[in-house]
Amino acid sequence: MNKITAVSQDTFIVAGREYRSRLLVGTGKYKDFEETARAIEASGAEIVTVAVRRVNVTDPGKPMLVDFVSPKTYTYLPNTAGCYSAQDAVRTLRLAREAGGWDLVKLEVLGDQKTLFPNVVETLAAAETLIKEGFKVMVYTSDDPIIAKKLEDLGCCAIMPLAAPIGSGLGIQNPVNIRLIIEQSKVPVLVDAGVGTASDAAIAMELGCDGVLMNTAIAEAKDPIKMARAMKLAIEAGRLAYLAGRMPKKRYADPSSPLAGLI
Amino acid sequence: MSATMNIIVNGEPRAFHAGGSVAALLTSLGIDRRKVAVERNLEIVPKSAFDTTALTDGDKLEIVHFIGGG
Repeated sequence: MNKITAVSQDTFIVAGREYRSRLLVGTGKYKDFEETARAIEASGAEIVTVAVRRVNVTDPGKPMLVDFVSPKTYTYLPNTAGCYSAQDAVRTLRLAREAGGWDLVKLEVLGDQKTLFPNVVETLAAAETLIKEGFKVMVYTSDDPIIAKKLEDLGCCAIMPLAAPIGSGLGIQNPVNIRLIIEQSKVPVLVDAGVGTASDAAIAMELGCDGVLMNTAIAEAKDPIKMARAMKLAIEAGRLAYLAGRMPKKRYADPSSPLAGLI
Repeated sequence: MSATMNIIVNGEPRAFHAGGSVAALLTSLGIDRRKVAVERNLEIVPKSAFDTTALTDGDKLEIVHFIGGG
């Protein structure tokens, strides 16, 4: 019983707020807002990323995300997807803060349209400005431990290295780097981008990640609602396995049944 | 007839009555002010200032909201 209690108290804390779920999900690429809402519910996520875009002035009465995924129920994490300079990212998040009134944000400054790899020089510049302005910055970055450390030193409240290119579903390509970043960081480390299926999420958690952020792996599954639930379970399983501590790997077999008393 | 001015809203030129406020513009566009943020000539207009911020000819406005994204 004690162990079960201990696990249920294993909460995820970011920027001083406590969450039960270690799965963070995006709200893009779904068929419609209803599917978005159902998938998020099935995932158990409490933090959802959202994008900031122009209102359609010619048809402002169209349904809006906030009508289906309530900011009262979920922590909205505005992102800077599509920004290729520190200036654009900062501008976007200032608007996001005004639109929603939240200072917890996801910073991502992209460097290349084909790979969507982050431009870490611009990311560092944007992080510095945002933190000075009082934002709590969860930052998407490369899997470079040196850059991750610089971002933490600037005051970012979570470091979010990619596991593989955004939307690629290739899984954890860089377990060694991810583990190095986890070992050195005092703030939460989340894998952001690249997860394709449940086992990828479990691997990230077994490495010791504090959480995983994903969008496409759920939204582009044949059945997004089922995959959302699979991801929820994978995150929990991976976290439990990490906390349990895996057995050492051995080169040869080691029988599970005692040899003593053999007939 | 009141005088009109030309402003740019989300990249599109638009005529609006001279001296109208940000709040009046949002109302005329049918936009729920609680769900958006407004930037005027690259400066954020705080929600609390929507009623008191008068627009002037040539203003460039961005009206944004949250949409699905990863």
